[in-house]
Amino acid sequence: MKSLIQLKVNGDLFEIAVASNRTLLEALRYECHLTGSKQGCDMGDCGACTVLIDGVPIQACITLAMDCVGKDIVTVEGIAKHNEPHPVQIAWNNQGASQCGYCTPGFMVVAKWLFDRNPDPTEEEIKTALSGNICRCTGYTKIICAMKEAIEIMNDKQSAMK
Amino acid sequence: MIKPQKDNFSIIGNRLPKIEGFEKANGSALFTDDLVLPNMLIGKILRSPHPHAIIKRIDTSKAEALPGVKAVMVGSELTEMYGVLPASQDETVLAIDKVRYIGDEVAAVAAIDEETAEQACELIEVEYEVLKPCLTIEDGFREDLPKIHAHTKMANVMKEVHQEFGNVEEGFAEADFVMENEYFFEGNTHVPLEPHCAIGQWTDNRLTLWSSTQTPHYLHVALAKVLKMPRSHIRVIKPHIGAGYGGKSEPFALEFCAAWLSKKTGRPVKFLYSREEVFYAHRGRQPMKMILKTGVKNDGTLTGIHMRTFLDGGAFGSYGLVTTYYSGVFLTLPYKVKRFKFDAYRIYTNKPAGGPKRGHGAVQPRFAMECQMDKIAEKLGIDPIELRLKNAIEPNTMTVNSFRVTSCGIKDCLENTRKRSGWEMKFREYKNQSGKIVRKGIGVAASTYISGAGKSIIWNDMPHSGVQIKIDRGGGVTVFCGASDIGQGSDSMLAYVAAEVLGVEVSDVHVCQTDTHLTPVDLGSYSSRVTFMAGNACIQAAELIKAQIFEVASKKLGVKKDDLDCGRRLIFSKSDPSKFMDFVEAANMAESTYGTIGATGSYKPPKIGGTYKGSGAGPSPSYSFSTHIAEITLDVETGKVTVDKIWSAHDCGRALNPLIVEGQIEGSVYMGVGEALFEEHIFHKNGLHRNPSILEYKIPTILDTPEIESIIVESIDPEGPFGAKEAGEGPLHAAIPAIANAIYNAIGVRLDSTPFTPEKILKLLDEKTEAGGNNGKKKVRDIGAKKLVKSLETT
Repeated sequence: MKSLIQLKVNGDLFEIAVASNRTLLEALRYECHLTGSKQGCDMGDCGACTVLIDGVPIQACITLAMDCVGKDIVTVEGIAKHNEPHPVQIAWNNQGASQCGYCTPGFMVVAKWLFDRNPDPTEEEIKTALSGNICRCTGYTKIICAMKEAIEIMNDKQSAMK
Repeated sequence: MIKPQKDNFSIIGNRLPKIEGFEKANGSALFTDDLVLPNMLIGKILRSPHPHAIIKRIDTSKAEALPGVKAVMVGSELTEMYGVLPASQDETVLAIDKVRYIGDEVAAVAAIDEETAEQACELIEVEYEVLKPCLTIEDGFREDLPKIHAHTKMANVMKEVHQEFGNVEEGFAEADFVMENEYFFEGNTHVPLEPHCAIGQWTDNRLTLWSSTQTPHYLHVALAKVLKMPRSHIRVIKPHIGAGYGGKSEPFALEFCAAWLSKKTGRPVKFLYSREEVFYAHRGRQPMKMILKTGVKNDGTLTGIHMRTFLDGGAFGSYGLVTTYYSGVFLTLPYKVKRFKFDAYRIYTNKPAGGPKRGHGAVQPRFAMECQMDKIAEKLGIDPIELRLKNAIEPNTMTVNSFRVTSCGIKDCLENTRKRSGWEMKFREYKNQSGKIVRKGIGVAASTYISGAGKSIIWNDMPHSGVQIKIDRGGGVTVFCGASDIGQGSDSMLAYVAAEVLGVEVSDVHVCQTDTHLTPVDLGSYSSRVTFMAGNACIQAAELIKAQIFEVASKKLGVKKDDLDCGRRLIFSKSDPSKFMDFVEAANMAESTYGTIGATGSYKPPKIGGTYKGSGAGPSPSYSFSTHIAEITLDVETGKVTVDKIWSAHDCGRALNPLIVEGQIEGSVYMGVGEALFEEHIFHKNGLHRNPSILEYKIPTILDTPEIESIIVESIDPEGPFGAKEAGEGPLHAAIPAIANAIYNAIGVRLDSTPFTPEKILKLLDEKTEAGGNNGKKKVRDIGAKKLVKSLETT
């Protein structure tokens, strides 16, 4: 038996019918058609499905859709403001931090979470924040470069605003 | 071959983003599982619980009766054998008479949703007669165990290779000392983050198949063979793919199942492997036992190499024939070797099939060779880098097994890493740390790899890569190529090359993703072949178009053709910059003169290699070279190794985009670090995979990954596109022996088997202490390869 639930994703309300065992990842990908979040491991091990739930990074593949009713969900599709990319997305592109790009959505979400809390993290803080996300292509080197460039972009923006 | 007409680049050599970089950063890049077709069904596969068993009976009636189930298929429906290599057709889509490993495909279901499909799989009744499994290399030689495949001549030995170039015994006689050691390389796998996924859509006797494949062309060929339909009625499309590293470079069961079940149901069918199923699909690094014998003169000259390898191949052939050759043939590089002997056996075992993981077959013997070089250097009291420099080959040489080497930057790689790492001081200093609990170590290793294979898998005279380019009336350039961008950036490479030749911006170029209806054949992303081959084909096509455009521009501007150049969307006179015209205008004029503007280019390797048996394995139009220096910290109380930094110098010919080349080096090094320290396939005694998940199969996170300094060495290859050669696989090999050698530098213990786990290191340290040097107690080091050879010699 499916139940009708409402999910608030990236500010939009989705009314969807889900079984009680439907994961948030499945609901996002197959019911809301937000395919940015990826399925990599099915068990919360790889981080490719990471979304923000009430501001906290959570693996959507081990979260039930029904448990997310009334919560604020942000996916990779919600990182950019209107059509303006988040600085981390600009930096990711500049630094070649995506190779296959399958892990990237999860990294974007965690990066946004980190920068929202700490706009100027150290390299160690960056590494700790991203340690739940597996990237199998890059050796993380360009990812760290991109995180650092994102900080520069944000600093430049801020000083421009002053 | 048409050579590029310029050497002052505007795009090549710049640190540019990839063409799909933004799409990937905002989540809009479409991967196969992101595609949903109307009326689509979901497929699931029932897998074998036994490593080796005869299928006595399959009853699918209960599954078929389950509401929501639209079709069930079993092995007898598609009986045609396939396999990526024409000489190794040993697979069927689903098991027919028997199953060959735990996880082997037995039946498949298409249903309205995943849950129903899973339920249906549970309702399929299979009666098995369990056979004794063959699970180790040693088992593979036992005639008393049942054969896994009927065609093997000796027990479960799938392939034997015996080669000798020069008289190796004479080499050993000439040597001042001969060293023989055993090595073992553990099996490991790719773990691409995207699980295999395929969607089949069968309409009007035509098939469209979307798949996460590295080799759309070989999939195309196999689909036609197995489904017994004309290849012209099959369309294979490769969307974005969540990497492969070799793990998606041959046909897999889900692709055929998606096609066949779509035919049976008249609806599109999607299969997405679970992570556990990806471990069963495998085709990764094959466990390898090796005996390496080297003759050396006191001045460090190598007088002969004899390599013997034993490969645990798993249940199917896959690329195994090639792997078997690759487990030896590259040892004639990058050091001068006049005499080389090589014996290899690949064994069928009742485990998931091994195949080509990044650095295919050559990573294991490279580990052995580079550890051996370290031991030789120590015995001779020569610095390990000096020993390598002394033996390093020169550009434009021919190896003893007839590999033609053109560009070669191995010495530059060695010198660069030595300088950048502060080698001299550290290497001496770290040797003497006895008494310290936390020790440092530094180690070096070098390696080489191919830039594509000289012979294609399916031997014929056709090009290995084809590119078609068209220009639209607005100046847009579209490049069509069947090369499979798996994240390494090959689509971007095509855009850079086309833009460079035609003098447009990268943003003016659109690269059509692989689609066998649209794109000319490229053989696929394997053997590090794409930049070299598709890059050359792209230059050829673009130069043909440029010739037409320059023809009309020359007339219009009143300038000789050879005085023309192009760049930044302009065609201009080199001698008189005031004479120029817009690219779009020139392209339109060319279209008015010649008709629709389009051209094709092809690449076929030159005729290279010897004429001996097996001479097709190893020749490449060009070879890359690498040197790695690893610096580690090792805690002798816990046995834990932390890799602090790896300096990796890689000779890639010319870096078409240094940003992407660095990414390939860093990713390769990372993967090597994982294989060195953590990664291993572990099996229960009954053949059950013990760690088929990303949690249990340990791969490095960002916290486990060392700082990686990539050093690009440019030897400018005479035949590569703008001088480029490979960068995607070569830089993996040396990371592993460099770490092993660094461990020795730190604690004086040799790690001759991977992975270098704390348990193993502690055991070795214990043995060292107990032995008080070396009294012949070699518990951990007894790899058993010599025993194997002895038993082979007696039978």
